[in-house]
Amino acid sequence: MHNVFAGLAQGLLYSLLALSLVIIWQSTHVLNFAQGAMAMFATYVGMTEIEHGVNYWWCVIISVTVGVLFGGLAERVLIRPLYGKPEINAIVVMVGFLGLIEAFVAGIWTGVTRNIPPPFSQIFFQAHGQVILLSPFVIFQFVLAISIMLIAAAIFRFTKLGLQLRASALAPEVARLLGVRVSRMLTIGWMFSAGVGAVAAVIIASGNFGLYPTNMNGIFVAGFIAAVVGGLDSPLGAIAGGLLIGLTEQFILSYWSANFASLGGIIILVLALMIRPQGIFTKNVERRV
Amino acid sequence: MIRIENLSVNYGAVRALRDVSLEASPGRVTAVLGANGAGKTTLLRTISGLVKPKSGSIVFGEHSLIGLATENIARLGVAHVPEGRGVIGELTVEENLRLGALASKVNISEGLEAQYAQFPALGDRRKKYCATLSGGERQMLAMARALIAQPEVLLLDEPSLGLAPQVTSELMKSILRLCESKNLTVILVEQNAKSALRIAHTAVVLYLGTVVASDDAHKVANDEDLRRYYLGLVQ
Repeated sequence: MHNVFAGLAQGLLYSLLALSLVIIWQSTHVLNFAQGAMAMFATYVGMTEIEHGVNYWWCVIISVTVGVLFGGLAERVLIRPLYGKPEINAIVVMVGFLGLIEAFVAGIWTGVTRNIPPPFSQIFFQAHGQVILLSPFVIFQFVLAISIMLIAAAIFRFTKLGLQLRASALAPEVARLLGVRVSRMLTIGWMFSAGVGAVAAVIIASGNFGLYPTNMNGIFVAGFIAAVVGGLDSPLGAIAGGLLIGLTEQFILSYWSANFASLGGIIILVLALMIRPQGIFTKNVERRV
Repeated sequence: MIRIENLSVNYGAVRALRDVSLEASPGRVTAVLGANGAGKTTLLRTISGLVKPKSGSIVFGEHSLIGLATENIARLGVAHVPEGRGVIGELTVEENLRLGALASKVNISEGLEAQYAQFPALGDRRKKYCATLSGGERQMLAMARALIAQPEVLLLDEPSLGLAPQVTSELMKSILRLCESKNLTVILVEQNAKSALRIAHTAVVLYLGTVVASDDAHKVANDEDLRRYYLGLVQ
């Protein structure tokens, strides 16, 4: 049972990252391979301030703000010139950007792992002498991740902004003919997504994982798989995918060996490709002609 | 009122439009006719700002449209139903309609009610995803989506495409009705010259990018040479 909590907690992180990828996909039809690295950079800027005595929550706010601005900047400078070009271009650019960010961060802050102590205790609860892999910090993770997801889903489904974001990705020319400021929507989509990614990175940096330049790589891979498996157009799918991978990894870790835990993502991916390649939650809608 | 003067558009070396001039007035349907490749769609896309002309002018009221961004032209009250209708399949009927209303100052609920009253079939299907709609329903939706913003100008690119003759006939009648009741400036691009000429006040015939005729619709309809050479109406 305690495996479930641990699996879900880890899975939620993957879900958050998957969600940020889905947001970018839903609003711009680009797969952002540098998503994890961008979020990591934002946490470096924000969370290292803790070493200078700044309050944890301020650091979180700084990190998310930096993340959002960085996302907007990346869209304007790197992605904007690539619209209308083959999709592979954006992917290549972002992979390059990923390497650039990691090198930059390592250059400024060095690759030494930093520990950012979270404001919630990480000591696991005990019940009847049994350790439950649940701590105040894990509960904080749950609450934060789930709130962000609900907010993101609500924005996309129920708000004017969400409708414009979706239309801008699905049919940019038609959207423009209807008066939607499509290029502004694309930037907003990236900013929104970067904010969500930054939240995931903040959680990763706090606590056990620590802050180091490549700390988001594993999360990114799992998040990416989760987004693809869940169906790139479904926030719910991203969340389900992330949780599934987290649980699978936890069970592998628990019953087999920690070394094979990362196989969890691959297993889910292969299963999904075999059973329902278009994504578990995709609405199976034909694209309009 | 839309006034186009000496409009020339090039796609690279290809001269898609050459010195095209036309005038479209409110409360009237101005038909733009001609075969495939005549430049009809290019004309509409240039008015909407999706294509930048080489030279010439496009004036709407007191606004010069050339150089304006497409979304801003739409916000000025120029509604364009593109070739193929542009109905977004992944969204529902209601979401498509809402999208149409977003950029305008129209009250969205009122706008929706008005369109559902005008097109009851859409009201019945408001939560359905548009990919499931038939051709005729999509055309209705595309029109409603354009009209919900209460535009002054309506640019229609081949609305009869893929529709059965009966449906086309109904469609043309409703276009005329809407044009007259809302005093819209309608520019109707059609390959189906016969149906377009039935409701048009003025007809402009394009051939390989140039205007070969611009006259009252009934005169164009009765001109033997025009009918045979440019409009494919043989008999």
